[in-house]
Amino acid sequence: MSEFLSQVFTTLLAILLGVGGVVGLFLGMEFLIGFLPQRLQPKVRPWAYIGPTLLIMGIYLVYPTLHTLYLSFLDERSQQFVGLKNYLWTLTSPEMHIAFRNNLLWIVLMTLFSVGLGLVIAVLVDRVSYESVAKSVIFLPMAISFVGASVIWRFVYAFKPANVPQIGLLNAIVTALDGQPLGWLVDTRVNNLALIAVGIWLQTGFCMVILSAGIKSIPREILEAARVDGASEWRIFWQVIVPMIGSTIAVVATTVIINALKAFDIVFVLTNGQRGTEVIANRMYKEMFSFLNFGRASAIAVILLLAIIPIMAANIRRFQAQEAIR
Amino acid sequence: MNGIRRILARFPLHLAVIVICLIWLTPTVGLLVSSFRHKDAVFATGWWTVFRIPMDFAQFRLDNYIQVLTAQGMGRAFLNSLTIAIPSTIIPITIAAFAGYAFAWMEFPGRQVLFVIVVGLLVVPLQMTLIPLLRLYNRVGLAGTFLGIWLAHTGYGLPFAVYLLRNFFGGLPKDLFEAAYLDGASPLTAFTRLALPLSVPSLASLGIFQFLWVWNDLLVALIYLGGTEKVAPLTLKLSAMVQSLGQDWHLLTAAAFVSMAVPMLVFFTLQRYFVRGILAGSVKG
Repeated sequence: MSEFLSQVFTTLLAILLGVGGVVGLFLGMEFLIGFLPQRLQPKVRPWAYIGPTLLIMGIYLVYPTLHTLYLSFLDERSQQFVGLKNYLWTLTSPEMHIAFRNNLLWIVLMTLFSVGLGLVIAVLVDRVSYESVAKSVIFLPMAISFVGASVIWRFVYAFKPANVPQIGLLNAIVTALDGQPLGWLVDTRVNNLALIAVGIWLQTGFCMVILSAGIKSIPREILEAARVDGASEWRIFWQVIVPMIGSTIAVVATTVIINALKAFDIVFVLTNGQRGTEVIANRMYKEMFSFLNFGRASAIAVILLLAIIPIMAANIRRFQAQEAIR
Repeated sequence: MNGIRRILARFPLHLAVIVICLIWLTPTVGLLVSSFRHKDAVFATGWWTVFRIPMDFAQFRLDNYIQVLTAQGMGRAFLNSLTIAIPSTIIPITIAAFAGYAFAWMEFPGRQVLFVIVVGLLVVPLQMTLIPLLRLYNRVGLAGTFLGIWLAHTGYGLPFAVYLLRNFFGGLPKDLFEAAYLDGASPLTAFTRLALPLSVPSLASLGIFQFLWVWNDLLVALIYLGGTEKVAPLTLKLSAMVQSLGQDWHLLTAAAFVSMAVPMLVFFTLQRYFVRGILAGSVKG
């Protein structure tokens, strides 16, 4: 009990110190700026305001990114220069080929199903009176951690031999339909799909919320006009709704692609990449912590970054286009 | 007559929505039900069998929760998660608020370029930063400490927070600030008395977003807190339990629900802000 109380105390103290420290920092800088000549103050103040941000982003994002790039050309213990050896391994080893194949599968299936289902659900719930309740249900998994979701689905996939009652929902359905129970996470025919299904379950809500906002921004008159002209709901969906929210679909798909590329938690908890379910991010974690091969781990990270750079460039272009019309 | 035909015509729509909702909800319901069942019952029969006699409350118990919270150490992990998540939410948002304000309303050389860099950093994969930072942490003694993980979450959360807040502040009317300066307000006053109060909903949605992100994070905790039991948050503890308890579903389901309780509470009470945050910042990597 006393341990519990001391931890509660530590928590409160930590919160106070952390928050107080940050606020104090800015007030202190503002106080010091007050001593400067009037003329200099507006020149110095912006740097005081953005200084901590630049410092922290420099230490936590810019420096490590550059350093990882450097490490990717060194050997496993970061002592000798090995040229492109790590990249050669990354691109040619069978383990990495499985990881690349699986990430491709993640990207294609998760994007297709999350965005597709999200769009269909957004259109459907737009027409019912209990829209907000239905949306909450689909959206709920967004609040759950990937680890929590993994436990939920591990239970859905639970496997028992054919002659005893199944406690996993999926195998219970299969056996009720006279099928043979399946080890969903170990059977190489289905295990990748079983993992990706968890990802789809988690991401569809996110897609639905954003796409739903897009659909609601379509002027009602346009939809009414199409209906008056006798267009079927099917045609309205494909020829009015989808084209009008095209850019929203692109943004949502980009986010899901990034998430699929970085898929880690689900695989780490459910299979740890065994039986042909390896993905890039999990492999990097293994190289780093299990095999202590920092050269290879760095090279894998760089490959991830390279895959994301086109998206980064597109984000920057989109931002600059927005700024131009502001 | 017309009413009936209308209902019949809309029947497939309702059916589709309800079926999808059921599919989405069922896995979580299964977890919740199982976490209250007796160990032997969980092993012997599927959780859906409780609905055969739904009024028989004797089949539900709290034993599993008591065991995971005390003997399995989820209670401590719960406090650790709070200790990690609250400062990891407040610190980056405070820092980002000042930076966002400067980017939106102050003139300084390099403003555009620096902000474009922030936009670029939004999608940098965490994996790029892990090895150098872990080495740095080991050297300066930050590995396995709360301070270390607060700073890490601050670093990873900053680009998104700065991006979002700069856009929110930038959207406030210019006349407002000009009027304040005419009345002799200092920049700090304009920021704290004008910009901040007007942005409370935005700050709330950003706060919820960052809080859930930190609370649900596994990778950052795994790397910088490693196997240190004393500081391990719920996600780390739960993933370790999956490895060690394997088939003890009565404990795993209860533990999973303990880890989900706070996000669910946040979700149901503050859903409006949460959705807003997601809509405003669907670009985070």
